[in-house]
Amino acid sequence: MSRTRTVFACMLLCFALATTGCRSVKEYQKMYLNDSEMELSARKAEKFENNFQSYREGAAGANGGKTGGGCGCN
Amino acid sequence: MIALFVNMLSAFSQQADTSQYKSKKLKLDEINLVSSYYHQDGNNSAVTGGLGTEKLTDFSNTLDLKLLRTDKYLREHTLNLEIGLDHYTSASSDSIDPHTLSSASSSDTRFYPSASYSIRNPSNGFTYGGNLSFSAEFDYTSVGAGIQVAKASKDNNREFSAHLQAYIDTWTVILPVELRDYSQDSRKYGSKPRNSYSGSFTYSQVINQKLQLSLLLDLISQNGLLSTPFHRVYLTDKTVTTEKLPDSRFKLPVAIRANYFMTDRLIVRSYYRFYTDNWGMKAHTFNLELPIKLTPYFSLTPFYRYYQQTAAKYFAGKFEHEASDVYHTSDYDLSKFHSHFEGIGFRYLPEHGVFNWKLLNTLELRYGHYSRSTGLQSDIVTINAKFKI
Repeated sequence: MSRTRTVFACMLLCFALATTGCRSVKEYQKMYLNDSEMELSARKAEKFENNFQSYREGAAGANGGKTGGGCGCN
Repeated sequence: MIALFVNMLSAFSQQADTSQYKSKKLKLDEINLVSSYYHQDGNNSAVTGGLGTEKLTDFSNTLDLKLLRTDKYLREHTLNLEIGLDHYTSASSDSIDPHTLSSASSSDTRFYPSASYSIRNPSNGFTYGGNLSFSAEFDYTSVGAGIQVAKASKDNNREFSAHLQAYIDTWTVILPVELRDYSQDSRKYGSKPRNSYSGSFTYSQVINQKLQLSLLLDLISQNGLLSTPFHRVYLTDKTVTTEKLPDSRFKLPVAIRANYFMTDRLIVRSYYRFYTDNWGMKAHTFNLELPIKLTPYFSLTPFYRYYQQTAAKYFAGKFEHEASDVYHTSDYDLSKFHSHFEGIGFRYLPEHGVFNWKLLNTLELRYGHYSRSTGLQSDIVTINAKFKI
């Protein structure tokens, strides 16, 4: 359990450190951020890859995909 | 004086003049067709107790429509409709009852429609919505419903979203042929529920003009029949029984995603996830994608994913479980292993449409090869055609 807490704490720390360097970016400065390759979500073409991975592996979730439903039993 | 002041304030306010607005109907904006072919082979099928072919092919297709409209308050309404159809053939499922085709069968088709609706209010940054879904195959049905809310900051550089989802599923309990009770009417299968409830929370942050991050947390609770009724388990005394797992499971995955526009031609998409659950499993997932813009319209994306997990505390191989074990499974998806998934994607997004057909906005093709330390190997090819209306 302590190892789990350590991993969570490290992830939060990384995120917090990264966000301390934030700059306010205006809409007209978002040319790179608005590129379709920069979307903070999985691509549509990755949907079936995420599905088979969630069936063939014990872990799932935290990727914007399905969190349940369907048996995945084959 | 007060009236003049209010008048001046309203002149400087950013409220849109909606008096000239004409109500619009939902209009089709985008169509996505996604098809994939998946093939796997291995020698650890849970249907045959952890030893036996895992050969499986799956052909999956989804058609999704996105409709948009803006109302008189300038709120953006989005309706997504999706229909999915998968067809699989599985060598191991054929071993549930090799003498009949009325088992979960060697092949099956799954049909899954879904719909979601959301409303985004640009003036206050709020988005809220809901979704409904349904899925049916021979021995399994699933009904899903969810609600979501998101709040973006005024400068759109931060967003927090929360999504609550429930799936109410029903299993038809099909046992391996030798474990069926023939004193009862064997044509009647019983059914049992499996329910999943989740809360998904995402915080996204723009760091600078080229870097953005998101932190994702899911809380997932499942209850009901979580074991698969036709999975066999062979005990140390050489007898056979069915898989038995606890009737509840709590999963806790947390992830960070970071996308960086490194140069004019190279983008770095990275993802890390830590997962833990109350079945004793811990897992780490690391994913890296490097889209390379060869031209403004064509990009090539090599990708690599590494995954490792510890075994669930109820897992053991064939002939390794004691008869006294309360819970037991020989499903290697719950064993200790690591896996590699690597491949390449191509995306073509020309200015005047693919093949000069303006409607066909984007064509994307991906291929990936998956190898697991247990010996399972698989390949997947996906094609996505996006039409903009």
